[in-house]
Amino acid sequence: MRHDHLITSKQLTRGDIETILDRAAEIDADPSAVADRHTNTLLGLLFFEPSTRTKMSFETAMKRLGGDVVDMGSVESSSVKKGETLADTVRVIEGYTDALVLRHPKQGSATMASEFVDVPLVNAGDGAGHHPSQTMLDLYTIRENAGLDDLTIGIMGDLKYGRTVHSLAHALTNFDAQQHFISPESLRLPREVVYDLHQEDGGAGIREHESLEEVLPSLDVLYVTRIQRERFPDEQEYQKVAGEYQIGSETLEAAGDDLTIMHPLPRVDEIAPEIDETDHAAYFDQAHNGVPVRMALLDLLLSDDGAADRLGGGSDE
Amino acid sequence: MSDDHDHHDGDEHELRVSKIRSGTVIDHVRGGQALNVLAILGIDGSEGEEVSVGMNVPSDRLARKDIVKVEGRELSQDEVDVLSLIAPDATINIVRDYEVIEKHRVEPPEIVEGVLSCPNAGCITTSGEPVDSRFEVLEEGVRCDYCGTIVRDEIAALIDT
Ligand SMILES: [Zn+2]
Repeated sequence: MRHDHLITSKQLTRGDIETILDRAAEIDADPSAVADRHTNTLLGLLFFEPSTRTKMSFETAMKRLGGDVVDMGSVESSSVKKGETLADTVRVIEGYTDALVLRHPKQGSATMASEFVDVPLVNAGDGAGHHPSQTMLDLYTIRENAGLDDLTIGIMGDLKYGRTVHSLAHALTNFDAQQHFISPESLRLPREVVYDLHQEDGGAGIREHESLEEVLPSLDVLYVTRIQRERFPDEQEYQKVAGEYQIGSETLEAAGDDLTIMHPLPRVDEIAPEIDETDHAAYFDQAHNGVPVRMALLDLLLSDDGAADRLGGGSDE
Repeated sequence: MSDDHDHHDGDEHELRVSKIRSGTVIDHVRGGQALNVLAILGIDGSEGEEVSVGMNVPSDRLARKDIVKVEGRELSQDEVDVLSLIAPDATINIVRDYEVIEKHRVEPPEIVEGVLSCPNAGCITTSGEPVDSRFEVLEEGVRCDYCGTIVRDEIAALIDT
């Protein structure tokens, strides 16, 4: 099946993911080679929630491919304020542009929007739902640092509300990856996500823990997310767990030398600044990888030379 | 109005609900689900349909069962399939001239569209967009195709009436 839209990481096979990551690596190696690949192409940025980074990253990606962007501006100033439906908004903007990037607070918004448009649509976050382009840059970073097969990864922090975590976990079921989920009891993965992960890989590679200690020595990658203080019923409850989930140099004494530490950023105090200068830190590279990965995604979705067919059009892998 | 007295050979409790001439008898509905069956079929009597309902009648197969008889209407396979969500043991009898001409069990559909509403307040289908709800039918429960929410119990409570 050919994908015209990128809505969730679940829709992608291993072959699709490799196509995207390989293309990103090509672009990363020689960005100038694609500098005029999509001249006269206009990307519509529909951000119904503020997100400076993701938006700028898509904007940069489109411009580096020779295209340009139009932006609906803030929700406050748009016709959304007047009660226009999302279905109407995307149908109108589709007429102006060659592709759309949508960030919206409602879960399922990207799926719905994609049913109303013919141009490619990329989900840049639908509420607590999915954020597949973040997942692609996460996978790209993991592949560069540790490889995607024979991988032992710890995913730690707020696993309950973190859509980047859910998306990444789904995508990793395509690979030979052991996934350890580390969080306080109250912020465990939603049961629905666990249900899916078990469906997708038989559950063989999924473990849940409350403490990092027991799994840290075995990890190739530690993916840290922010534990939101405001999620806890009281400050004391937070203080009890907070220390367990912060990474400092003493934490890393138990870690392997090759441990790669990632974080979707922004961070607060999950990773001590002293880690930044070590070889473990991959989070700034991870953020920078957003541009070549999004260039690859846009290139694959926008190319009329059959490149889009490669997203799921090829092998059954 | 009833020909019950002629038929003492069948399940005699069934006689509490009148025989129909032509239409559909939905039998072996789980006790207490009859009104949900009507809701899922969009039958509320406003179209003048003649409907008989028996609730919590004793049954061999189920301790208590409901029966719904709809005069003058033969259910489509789609409608029957959707019924399986709340009445998985139901049998459907299509009646013409007092004769059962077809009898079959319900089978779960793969997708249910426009019948249930998503319980997730954060789901796009609940915010006034011009889309029908769409649920994938799982082995146990249903899952919203848009937001992914899984509902295992209380599916009847999601029926969009
Ligand atoms: Zn939903």
